Amino acid sequence: MIAKEFIQLWRDRLALTLALFVPVAMLFIFGWAINTDVKHVPTAVFDQSGSVEARTLLEGLANSQYFDLTIWARSTRELTRLIDSGRAKVGIVIPPDFARQLARRQASVQVIVDASDPQVATSAMNAAAALAADRSLRLLAQTTQGDVLRDGSPPLDFRVRAWYNPDLVSAIFIVPGLIGALLMQTTITAMAVSIVRERERGTLEGLVVSPIRRWELLVGKIAPNLITAYGQMTMALIVASFVFEVPIRGSLPLLYALSLTFMFGTLGVGIFISAAARTVPQAMQLAFLTFLPSIYLSGLLFPIEGMPRGAQIIAHVVPLTYYLRIVRGIILKGIGLEYLWPELLPLLAFGAVIFTLSVFRFRKQLD
Amino acid sequence: MQPDPAYAVLTRGLTKRFGRLLAVDHLDLVVRRGELYGFLGPNGAGKSTTLRMLCGLIAPTEGEGRVLDIDLRAHPERIKSAIGYMSQRFSLYDDLTVGENLTFYARVYMVPRAERDARIGRMARLADLVGRERQLAGQLSGGFRQRLALACALVHGPRLIFLDEPTAGVDPVSRRTFWALIRRLADEGTTIVVTTHYMDEAELCDSLGFIYQGKLIATGSPARIKSEMFGRRVVELAPADPRAASEALADWEVVEEVVRIGNRVRLILAPGAPDAAGVAVWLRARGLDGTAAAEVEPSVEDLFVSFVDRERKQRVREQLRALTTDQVGPSLVGGSGGAAGAPPERK
Repeated sequence: MIAKEFIQLWRDRLALTLALFVPVAMLFIFGWAINTDVKHVPTAVFDQSGSVEARTLLEGLANSQYFDLTIWARSTRELTRLIDSGRAKVGIVIPPDFARQLARRQASVQVIVDASDPQVATSAMNAAAALAADRSLRLLAQTTQGDVLRDGSPPLDFRVRAWYNPDLVSAIFIVPGLIGALLMQTTITAMAVSIVRERERGTLEGLVVSPIRRWELLVGKIAPNLITAYGQMTMALIVASFVFEVPIRGSLPLLYALSLTFMFGTLGVGIFISAAARTVPQAMQLAFLTFLPSIYLSGLLFPIEGMPRGAQIIAHVVPLTYYLRIVRGIILKGIGLEYLWPELLPLLAFGAVIFTLSVFRFRKQLD
Repeated sequence: MQPDPAYAVLTRGLTKRFGRLLAVDHLDLVVRRGELYGFLGPNGAGKSTTLRMLCGLIAPTEGEGRVLDIDLRAHPERIKSAIGYMSQRFSLYDDLTVGENLTFYARVYMVPRAERDARIGRMARLADLVGRERQLAGQLSGGFRQRLALACALVHGPRLIFLDEPTAGVDPVSRRTFWALIRRLADEGTTIVVTTHYMDEAELCDSLGFIYQGKLIATGSPARIKSEMFGRRVVELAPADPRAASEALADWEVVEEVVRIGNRVRLILAPGAPDAAGVAVWLRARGLDGTAAAEVEPSVEDLFVSFVDRERKQRVREQLRALTTDQVGPSLVGGSGGAAGAPPERK
């Protein structure tokens, strides 16, 4: 069964070429980002001063609606961990002598931005800069009654540091995400089409009357798809790394292993589609239908933080959302399993449920 | 049910219900070993459901059966490996070569590696595909595809094969070659159960079974069915006014059925009715024209319809006609006799 699938795949040169080069073409096409204003960015605060002045500043940040001051860190290390794990996208560090600095009109606050998502980062940085300028002007107005600045430096300064992607290159953010999206698209489509095509040509009938076991049939269908998907992923990673200069900071074996959990879910979706579709074009259309919510709502192009509430709820049902966090986490942040398990669990659950259901569905369809 | 090696298929009260639909209704099917058995019936009559039960794909709702002496309720999986099956759609991979298709089915049917090449070679010779092993199945013409499909169904050496409308959409010459091939297989001892709509093909079978509405309504050898069970004359004529002629004939008590096909009229006459000349005389006596009245071979359709209740006749004819018109030609045998050894060519 597996041997037959490979001969067919090889014979179908066009499909093979497409399978390997479409992702590359897509990477080039989508290599450019779309900018949107992002509000309510989860923000972690490490306030070392505990002063009234600091609180006023933080209130100002919160009121801008750009920042959700949700987490209070107690150390720089904790703040780092929060950003690594993705629970916070922005970290604000207020120095212990903030009140004194402010009195001397030389206050500086550190703003750390997770720039692996440049849209969030840009928005956050712009918002912070605007806020700092506004505060500075008000402080000046209060004290010097319109005196010209002596040395030209503002009294309140936000020192912004962009982590992971210091130059805010969109491609670095978009490309790893695209790898995930492509993987999903090809596994779903290839799986659905390979079954539907057999049914359409009548060869599934030939297999059903043969003594071949259901699981043999399924393994024969899945194994080549998995292997092509990995080939595709490798190809995309090579392009990402050499053409788009995306840094690959994390462990590739981990990425490949976790991708398997994602692909079991998508292959399951593919099997489901094959049960519903009568013809190959129908299968393609159904597959396309599953891509739409995934592409728009998974945070691939638009940050989830910028979405309306309803869309955010859907976003958390879409498995690609979690997989994207894993891909970006491993590639851009270089983080390991200890930070990724919150994303892995939903993927595992989704994969197990969909895959089991689809296998049942598949067996029924053969009877 | 007792095992009996004389029979390839033996069922008693075989029944399949889909919800409230009774697809197969207490079928007692008997196919002897080494026999070429023709299974006939319009679409929806229960043919394919019966075949699916006999192949071990679906379990019967009621009744019992043995296929190659394997109990079909107890060991459907064993039946699957023991039989061969070829569908109307041929189940070939167009993007695999002839040799690869054969190898694939040989592996699926678990032909031991040591025997595989020999068997594949034998199948290629049988299906006259030698020298074409490296051709893609998709590039073969209809007749070759059909024989390749048969070769694939036979690659594991089954003693019983089911052929589901194997000649649908295949040209007349290839049909003839194909039937010569399966006739030979049957003579060599392979039991063949084949469904068809063509009378000339049905006549090449050793036994026929007519199924309608899930019931077996007639069985026996073609000759027996024709002479004893049918026992009627079929007359065709081309009257000047087909409408007036058919209306008059419909009221004649010896006429069982009148069918108008374009400007021709086809009559099924009750046993003991006058012959074609008598029909022409009868018409002339009523001031009507009976040009070209001649006796013709009953078609599979005629045989079939004669087994069905009078009120259903018209509907069954329409069903059968819809089946045959989209295929190679009319299901009527041109002229009389002629079918000695091979199906005659269609016009």
